Amino acid sequence: MNVINDRMVEKIETGIPGLDPICCGGFPLGRTTLVSGTTGSAKTVFAAQFLTAGIARKQNGVFVTFEESPDDIRKNMMSLGWDIAKLEAEGKWTFVDASPQPESETVLAGEYDFGALLARIEHAVRKVNAHRISLDSLGTVFTRFPNPAIVRHELFRISQALKMLRITAVLTAERTEDYGSISRYSVEEFVADNVIILRNPLGEEKRRRTLEILKFRGTAHQKGEFPFTIASREGVVVLPLPLMELKQPSSQVRISSGCKELDQMCGGGLFQNSVILVSGATGTGKTLAVSHFVAGANHGEERCLLFAYEESREQLFRNGTGWGFDLERLERENRLQVQCTYPESEALEDHFIRMKNCIAEFRPTRVAVDSLSALERVSSVRGFREFVNSLTSYLKQEEITGLFTSTTPSLLAGTSVTEAHISTVTDSIVLLRYVELYGEMRRGITVLKMRGSAHDKEIRQFSIDGRGIHIGKPFRNISGILSGNFLQVVQPELQRFDGLFEPEAPLD
Amino acid sequence: MRNMTEFRFKLYIAGRTHRSERAAWNLRRLCEKELAGRYELVVVDVLERPEEAEEQRILATPTLIKELPPPMRRIIGDLSDAERVLAALDVGGGIPSAGEKYAS
Repeated sequence: MNVINDRMVEKIETGIPGLDPICCGGFPLGRTTLVSGTTGSAKTVFAAQFLTAGIARKQNGVFVTFEESPDDIRKNMMSLGWDIAKLEAEGKWTFVDASPQPESETVLAGEYDFGALLARIEHAVRKVNAHRISLDSLGTVFTRFPNPAIVRHELFRISQALKMLRITAVLTAERTEDYGSISRYSVEEFVADNVIILRNPLGEEKRRRTLEILKFRGTAHQKGEFPFTIASREGVVVLPLPLMELKQPSSQVRISSGCKELDQMCGGGLFQNSVILVSGATGTGKTLAVSHFVAGANHGEERCLLFAYEESREQLFRNGTGWGFDLERLERENRLQVQCTYPESEALEDHFIRMKNCIAEFRPTRVAVDSLSALERVSSVRGFREFVNSLTSYLKQEEITGLFTSTTPSLLAGTSVTEAHISTVTDSIVLLRYVELYGEMRRGITVLKMRGSAHDKEIRQFSIDGRGIHIGKPFRNISGILSGNFLQVVQPELQRFDGLFEPEAPLD
Repeated sequence: MRNMTEFRFKLYIAGRTHRSERAAWNLRRLCEKELAGRYELVVVDVLERPEEAEEQRILATPTLIKELPPPMRRIIGDLSDAERVLAALDVGGGIPSAGEKYAS
């Protein structure tokens, strides 16, 4: 067994949030990883973060800059909360400044090599006892020296030297387009072990950053593009796609939806650590269902975090009061936190990071999102699907019960786009519908899906009053409620009268 | 004859390689011919003194820096292209004199 381990490629945790799971543990230790991307694809941030994350793990770093001056990098990275000057003073970070010097004119006269650069790199590595090194970015070297063949040969020598030093390196390079050749000047030809591509394409008028591991020689990695964002205090944050989905514990503990009758329809309550989707047209009572859910967190260790994207805190509280919920009291008792944001205020990836941070801070047992449809507006279809997947898997990983709402575009029937993407990742689906009955609008509720439990299959009428939702008897003599094409089943008058006096159908 | 340093050069090399030796030899030959008695030359081996290369931000070797007289100039390469070197250093009008050409 040991023999096999010795031969395997060892990995080093990068410490970049969300990246290590995709790398199946981290970057190959002592090797060079090429990070290639177009202008503005966050290469320099990545290169700097590789070092700061290393320093947080007691691995010092060397930053070789070919493009920006160290001073510019210090300033730019300060906005991400990285005090590089301080790290330099502590002897944990050192620059090798290979940026162009406009103040002195340079003339070429004869043969040359990059011996001085190599000597400086080796010196810097020894000076801070570095375990990590970033070189940013190679393309600019080619523009400064006229003979690409020499530059390529010299860079190859440097990459060989880094290998001899057993130092884990990140080397950045430019690409001209998001989907095209790996890098300009074919840098990948001499650092061919590992290649990561950062993309920042424009799609549906929105930028969407993704990261892809193209290859890791001799070791496993996840395939495909993974969305990431630049968070203000964290830098690059790769969004975790539900890689851990199948390992999640599934709870048999039931919790209350906050509405007794709905609990009965669900076979005794919602499962803890499950995700419920409440779908319905505008005005069918989705936000009310959320209020029930929030108010259900009123005992024991229960607390709820509500992300509202359609209404302000005041509106929510006022509506709650109208239905008999004292949400303000819940908030005072620290059982409730409301986060109201405009969906348009940031990109979906940033919403996700913010939600994650809020959840990590408040540590709720329940999370409600009202509504997912509002968030859908600010994203591409694919980005939205990934967001829902990420959020769902994060909630499950943290063993939190989630309730999402989604708005259907048509009043009487139909599904929303939201549903099409998330119905498979949610455990339970509750539909709220308008039902036209004898010239009158009624409301109907049904539990469409309840993973792991028996549930009421009926479509029941419900009413709303000063104490919230009241679920009553099933609709009879009417079909086609979900499709919106109501068809009243004609029955002899007398039979209908008989039916009127039948006792209510039992709920469970 | 004035015995004053008008020209001050620093030649950065990376180890005693063929290329380093050639650069030093080319430079000395040029200086003796054009600037005899008027120059000072320091050769810095960056393998021995990498911190000095860092300070001067030397990337390629050999690199010749003309520190005096201003303006400061950098010449990269083994200095085998004498015409370019002289032109870059502003020595003797920049190009070899006509007389020299006849003489050779």
